[in-house]
Amino acid sequence: MEKLLDVKNLHVSFDTYGGEVKAVRGVNFDVKKGETLAIVGESGSGKSVTTKALMHLIPKPPGRIKEGEILFEGRDLAKMNEKQMQKIRGKEISMIFQDPMTSLNPTMKVGNQIMEGLIKHQKMSKPQARKRVMELLELVGIPDAENRMKQYPHQFSGGMRQRVVVAIALACNPKLLIADEPTTALDVTIQAQILELMKDIQKKTDSATIFITHDLGVVANVADRVAVMYAGKIVEVGTVDDIFYNPQHPYTWGLLGSMPSLDSADEELFAIPGTPPDLMHPPKGDAFAARNKYAMKIDFEQEPPMFKVSDSHYAATWLLHEHAPKIEPPAAVKKRMEGMANSSSSSEGERV
Amino acid sequence: MTRYIIQRLIYMVITMFLIATLTFFLMKFLPGTPLSAADKLSDEQQAVVLEKYGLNDPVPVQYFNYMVNLAQGDLGISFQFDNREVTTIIMERIGPSVQLGFQAMIIGTIIGMLLGLVSAIYHNGIMDYTSTFLAVLGQSIPSFVFAGLLQFYIGVKFGWLPVALWEGWEYTILPTISLAIFPIAIAARFMRTEMLEVMGSDYIVTARAKGVNKVGVVFKHGLRNALIPLITVLGPLAVGLMTGTLVIENIFAVPGIGEQFVKAINMNDFPIIMGTTLLIAFLFIFIILVIDLLYGVIDPRIRLAEGE
Repeated sequence: MEKLLDVKNLHVSFDTYGGEVKAVRGVNFDVKKGETLAIVGESGSGKSVTTKALMHLIPKPPGRIKEGEILFEGRDLAKMNEKQMQKIRGKEISMIFQDPMTSLNPTMKVGNQIMEGLIKHQKMSKPQARKRVMELLELVGIPDAENRMKQYPHQFSGGMRQRVVVAIALACNPKLLIADEPTTALDVTIQAQILELMKDIQKKTDSATIFITHDLGVVANVADRVAVMYAGKIVEVGTVDDIFYNPQHPYTWGLLGSMPSLDSADEELFAIPGTPPDLMHPPKGDAFAARNKYAMKIDFEQEPPMFKVSDSHYAATWLLHEHAPKIEPPAAVKKRMEGMANSSSSSEGERV
Repeated sequence: MTRYIIQRLIYMVITMFLIATLTFFLMKFLPGTPLSAADKLSDEQQAVVLEKYGLNDPVPVQYFNYMVNLAQGDLGISFQFDNREVTTIIMERIGPSVQLGFQAMIIGTIIGMLLGLVSAIYHNGIMDYTSTFLAVLGQSIPSFVFAGLLQFYIGVKFGWLPVALWEGWEYTILPTISLAIFPIAIAARFMRTEMLEVMGSDYIVTARAKGVNKVGVVFKHGLRNALIPLITVLGPLAVGLMTGTLVIENIFAVPGIGEQFVKAINMNDFPIIMGTTLLIAFLFIFIILVIDLLYGVIDPRIRLAEGE
């Protein structure tokens, strides 16, 4: 499939009074047309910064794209200025934000907030835009669109607001949709509704999606491929099956192990010990080494390259080196993986 | 909405009644009578005058009489300028004060908001530092210093504008500028702080993610959300400026109400003191009502459920 987005060696730093925080340190990934890529990782791993940098939405200063290329349909977004980016944002790439309670302007009517992009990018007249807003509201499942568009965000519930945020993002039929933890701030039933909605919309619009989350349950539900981020780097990337049934990086094991599941009431919940490294002074070698009980001497000396596991699956861990000892994932994680295989084959059926 | 306003108007009447009562009794605690300074009058003459103005009656009787007159819109007769009505005196004097205050508020708000906006947009840049510096100067240096400087340079040295007096619109320019410095400083500071906070909020990122340009983000999405705290401080400030500022009115020899008010206090001219206090109080309450209604216009979350 054709590559829509190709990020090469992206570095993003924040210049603070204390020094340069290297939030993203050489990230490579691509997104193909119509595909959903999930980026997972714990808080502070750089997943949000990476995607915000794609759209130049990180606060500048202190943030800056230090080096790297962001090829979007062949054009390098990293070299674009603010004016050029304004034509990309909302039109070709748009974003769904985490907290629907704060991501809508409280003093502007919902309809106008959705209309803004249409009028700007598609040069629609007001009546045309109004018509399109009604379609969009219907698409995202907000009934009584005619009246609802005249209301303000505080007259909407959290789930309804997130639907509005989705409608704003979809307004101009973007080629790439970035969803930055779109369900994190919602309660579980609403989460499921929004996920269903997003899957549904993707089927209808065929746009590619980058889905940022720290919820692996969500990943299994929506993604085609998964990139696992840690300390500003992608440590493992593969299809959903690769990551869930054949994880290679000890950090991915940790993430899978720390995922609670309903049928494992007797099991202990697995936690990754320690905290992520200080990105002002990233450690030498593998950033995860200090928290990794399988770390070898070389992990503290040299950064592991991306080892190829299969055509679709890569992981950056020295454990994959031909001289490394063969290590099996911990028993708890293995059990979790098996459980996942069973539950997903029985209940999920089809993945979109 | 109408019900709300009517309700507020009733509250206004009650508040005015309480303020009138309080001021009346506070004034009675002031030492001396309007005649204290007039040594030339014999005791007998003084007694006659006090009798004439009803100042010999017991305080509750005086209070009752005053309130009955007040309810009929009669503020009484001034002790200083005998037989002239307080209402007439205030009306004569309020014009220049209101004009100056109004002009200063308009200029102050507009310039201050622009300075604050520039500060917020170019946060931590040279523009920000300059405008913050100006705001601090404006707030910390008393207005009479600026008044003096303006009079000396613009009025005397260059002779561009009249130094003082009140004989036409050009006479209002220098006092207006002197008065406007403080609101400029206040508006700039509040605007900057609020705008910075607003510009850091999520919905601004949403707007930017839609491809809205900088001007659109600031004016369409930012400004309105930053206005609430600003009008909260500017309202009472406006009342203060419009009801006369003694210092500026004195320096520029403006026949305003501020000067008159102080003179009345020194002379124990009770009806003028009462009248001016009630006027200021009324303006305050009125402005607060206007501000409360403005909140609803600016922020739909504050709008009353009835209005929808």
